[in-house]
Amino acid sequence: MLQQLVNGLVLGSIYALIALGYTMVYGVLQLINFAHGEIYMAGAFLGLYLTVSLKLPFPVAFVLAMAGAALIGVTVERIAYRPLRRSPRLAVLISAIGMSIFLQNLSLYLNGPATRGFLPPFKVYPIRIGEIKTSSLEVIILVVAILLMVGLQYLIRRTKIGKAMRATALDKETAALMGINVDRIISYTFAIGSSLGAAAGVLVGMYLNAVDPMMGLMPGLKGFVAAVLGGIGNIPGAMAGGLILGTAEVFGVAFMRSEWRDAIAFAILIVVLLIKPSGILGQNTQEKV
Amino acid sequence: MPLLEIKNLTMRFGGLTAVKNLTMTVEEGEIRSLIGPNGAGKTTVFNVLTGIYQPSKGNAFFQGREICSLRPYQVTSIGITRTFQNIRLFGNMTVLDNILIGMHTRTRSELLASVLKVRATRTEEAEARDQARELLQFVGLAGKEQELARNLPYGQQRRLEIARALGADPKLLLLDEPAAGMNPQETSDLMELITTIRAMGRTILLIEHDMKVVMNISDRVAVLDYGEKIADSTPQEVQKDEKVVKAYLGEG
Repeated sequence: MLQQLVNGLVLGSIYALIALGYTMVYGVLQLINFAHGEIYMAGAFLGLYLTVSLKLPFPVAFVLAMAGAALIGVTVERIAYRPLRRSPRLAVLISAIGMSIFLQNLSLYLNGPATRGFLPPFKVYPIRIGEIKTSSLEVIILVVAILLMVGLQYLIRRTKIGKAMRATALDKETAALMGINVDRIISYTFAIGSSLGAAAGVLVGMYLNAVDPMMGLMPGLKGFVAAVLGGIGNIPGAMAGGLILGTAEVFGVAFMRSEWRDAIAFAILIVVLLIKPSGILGQNTQEKV
Repeated sequence: MPLLEIKNLTMRFGGLTAVKNLTMTVEEGEIRSLIGPNGAGKTTVFNVLTGIYQPSKGNAFFQGREICSLRPYQVTSIGITRTFQNIRLFGNMTVLDNILIGMHTRTRSELLASVLKVRATRTEEAEARDQARELLQFVGLAGKEQELARNLPYGQQRRLEIARALGADPKLLLLDEPAAGMNPQETSDLMELITTIRAMGRTILLIEHDMKVVMNISDRVAVLDYGEKIADSTPQEVQKDEKVVKAYLGEG
């Protein structure tokens, strides 16, 4: 039982990191950034090349992969979403799906279709605490994810940029009249969301020892489910949603059959949409324009 | 040189001309009023000045600098801020956070700085918080820092909007019907607040329907009717102006 809980939390913290990217972008633009899974994939590749090919020390490579993915995220917003800022939402959504397919194919072209191995560049020790079997890598994943989430919470709640983000999410026009450069805040939002997604990509790439151009598809969808589960647009909600989804999946697999893994996530999505579409921590959307 | 100069400003929306060939000036240190019947185009003037609308014709100059091509956040950073006719606070944020957002242009730290130079950012934000508290004290909202903006009574929300606009340390403050919906006591407190803000060296451009406020505190009053300026003078003269009386009361 406890063993499953630990596994669930590790998986859930990954989903939470991905979900944050969806929820932050939705918060400021009311857009589901379907290219987010591909940012996660790009982050994994960047992490792979920086550590394995360039042999950079892992912490440096990790930060650079996050920064690189942030740049990609910001670029995606510039070319695929910003020109459509005043268009109907459906147009932007289609643009996002197009961007997702484009990035998958670009990655296929650049990296080839084969799955690459991504061995952690540090030694991984098995850890045993009572009945729980885990590893130093799982501990690292959990700790890094938690640190990133705490850091994000600090940024959003305590800093000027965070306040500007919240103000932009609430009312873009008034925010602009208060001297906030809304376009820049939107870029920051994409940068932060993308870097968190990339962090998840690198961690998963090492955890599964596998990186491939299509790897973003399923985790991207799961991250989206987690964001909806927690209440899309709500940052603590995305964290909670990720952890709940990860745990539910692991327990589901433990008690049922492992092929049902994905079905469990999407069954949760359907149930949430039927019973409480605003999610666990989401507010009623009435006040949102 | 006037602080603000509006020159031949025209704003059309499709077939409707909301503001027609408006020319007016605001001198440094004055309380300048813009009045007129509903739909006369007063708020449109504010929207053009703050960069929300691009004028169809004409221009506006702030300290000699052309401002109609600036974007809203840039207008704020050169020293013009505003309040809104229908209050537009960040309702789900605290009173203090609303002010801190108003101070956005005054504090420097950008994203990377917030992440990397944690200590400098922290000091700056602590200072910003102190200044925000002073501003709240100034408009009479001390002690309300942690309340959600939407839970404040109406008159206090109007004051909070003014404090938020002052947060950016503007030279020119645009007030859009600040007395709307206020009771007589709140209105007279507001008049006092506006004259104090002027005494601190800020210039005020005021849109207001409450004639008691306009006539009591303005130095000069411009009157708009159907987008056109029909009078521009001292409060006493404007009150006697035939065209103004007609515009407000209708023809005989």
